[in-house]
Amino acid sequence: MSTVTASTPSTTSTVVRTEARLFAREPGSLFWILLFPPLLLGILGAVPGFHQAEPGLGGLRVVDVYTSTVIMFAMTTAAVFSMPAVVAGYRERGILRRLRTTPVHPASLLLAQVGLHAAAVLAAVVLALTVGRVVYGVPWPGSVLWYAVGLVLATATTFSIGAVLTSVARTTRVVQTLSMIVFFPMIFTAGVYLPVQAMPGVLHDIVVATPLGAAAEMLSDAMLGRTPDLVDLLVTAGWGVLLALVSVKLFRWE
Amino acid sequence: MDIPAVQVENLRKTYGTTVAVDDVSFEVAQGQVFGILGPNGAGKTTTVESVSGLRVGDSGRVRVHGVDPWTDRGAATRIIGVQLQQTQLQPKITVEEALRLWTSFYDDPRPWGELAERLDLTTHLRRHFGDLSGGQQQRLSVALALVGRPRVAVLDELSTGLDPRARRDVWSLVRDIRDEGTTILLVTHAMEEAHELSDRIAIIDRGRVRAIGSPAELIGGASSATVVSFVPSAPIDLVPIRELADVSQVRSDGDRVVVEGGEGAPTAVLGALTSAGVVPHGLRVLDGTLDTAYLSLTDHADDHDPEEAPA
Repeated sequence: MSTVTASTPSTTSTVVRTEARLFAREPGSLFWILLFPPLLLGILGAVPGFHQAEPGLGGLRVVDVYTSTVIMFAMTTAAVFSMPAVVAGYRERGILRRLRTTPVHPASLLLAQVGLHAAAVLAAVVLALTVGRVVYGVPWPGSVLWYAVGLVLATATTFSIGAVLTSVARTTRVVQTLSMIVFFPMIFTAGVYLPVQAMPGVLHDIVVATPLGAAAEMLSDAMLGRTPDLVDLLVTAGWGVLLALVSVKLFRWE
Repeated sequence: MDIPAVQVENLRKTYGTTVAVDDVSFEVAQGQVFGILGPNGAGKTTTVESVSGLRVGDSGRVRVHGVDPWTDRGAATRIIGVQLQQTQLQPKITVEEALRLWTSFYDDPRPWGELAERLDLTTHLRRHFGDLSGGQQQRLSVALALVGRPRVAVLDELSTGLDPRARRDVWSLVRDIRDEGTTILLVTHAMEEAHELSDRIAIIDRGRVRAIGSPAELIGGASSATVVSFVPSAPIDLVPIRELADVSQVRSDGDRVVVEGGEGAPTAVLGALTSAGVVPHGLRVLDGTLDTAYLSLTDHADDHDPEEAPA
């Protein structure tokens, strides 16, 4: 019998290429992750008052802060709508179960989906920053490194939230309901309705304890070229680790 | 043929308080088609899922070419190809993408183009899985089970949803693969399919093996190996006929009297009719079928001690 392990490069690349083709066949997901966020930025950036430097935002304009917010919107869409629907669908249709009878572990399909959605988020980041820059003169982040760290942490945490939804719900229908329930609070804490930095006292204190509220603070600091507060970093990362553990504990292949 | 391809010993599997498989044992020689027949809920699927490593039995032992699929899943997946009942693929994956994807999983795959041709899928290669008919999905599923050149193929409800012609095509593919030396576990409740394809058959009911043998042995050993029917020239009492040696069942079917029994039943019935002075008009003596064998083994499962079943 062969001793070759199953995860040969050609297996992995075929899995990823196949899943990438399938992802590309979902125009709805692609629109909400890639195109809608820059579109939203374009529309809201047209509000005249959003172009004045605000002392409350550390001298940033609303449109500058909003660029990070639409990026988090893209992340949230990818993490809690698109990915859980795909994975729950694979589970419900017995695709993961069927893969368990082959030398390839079904986790490879999930990893491919995580990778593809992360790639889509990265593309959304580039698109949103470019549109902000070109259309409204949004500056590049003052600290690119800390901005990248903030994005990676925020992405990991939102993906963990999506993973928890997929793990606690047994059916695709329940997953979709849960997605709706967590989506609006998440984009609120990301500052879609009101920049996090402009939120009043108690509300601000609560929001910065949430994964995306803390991430919004980190991204805004990095935008200004400051080192983010350690507390914000730990809040985002802590939620990510906690939720990832919960989802690993609860996830079912069937 | 020294070591069996599949060995199942005293397999037991329960889900909560439901006993899915009570006590199942059988062996399958290499290169045989082994049919697993039984009513719905008999434990057929749980049995083959335990052989495939998808489920781990509560007790008992399974070996596939010496590999324990419960502990060494990696090795098991390389020698077992599985077609599960009612699984689906990604709705938008094309037939060709699925075949290529599955091909990439194995070290020495069968050329997928050949399988596609044998299963009449070549004209559908670019269609999405979700747009295929049930029969086409089923054929693709069979192709994916076989593409890894498994030494043991598990086919669960192989021909569900296939039209008669497609069923014949799939059957001939199964025979060819068997002739190449592949062992096949065929789960079915289609009597004709089991009879046509199987070298040996296990009839499973309520989690136990009720009988194992070649189709001919099962028919011959059943209590209804022959079926005698006739129209009596005068009304007769069925009770004494039922008590004749080798007769297992007597019933009237319109004007006709139908007697099922073993090899000796026809002579005994004719003798009894002659001494009663009754002439059997339209006399027919038929071999029992797998159907009658199956029904006699599964209908009265409660009344039979399973040890009585021919083994």
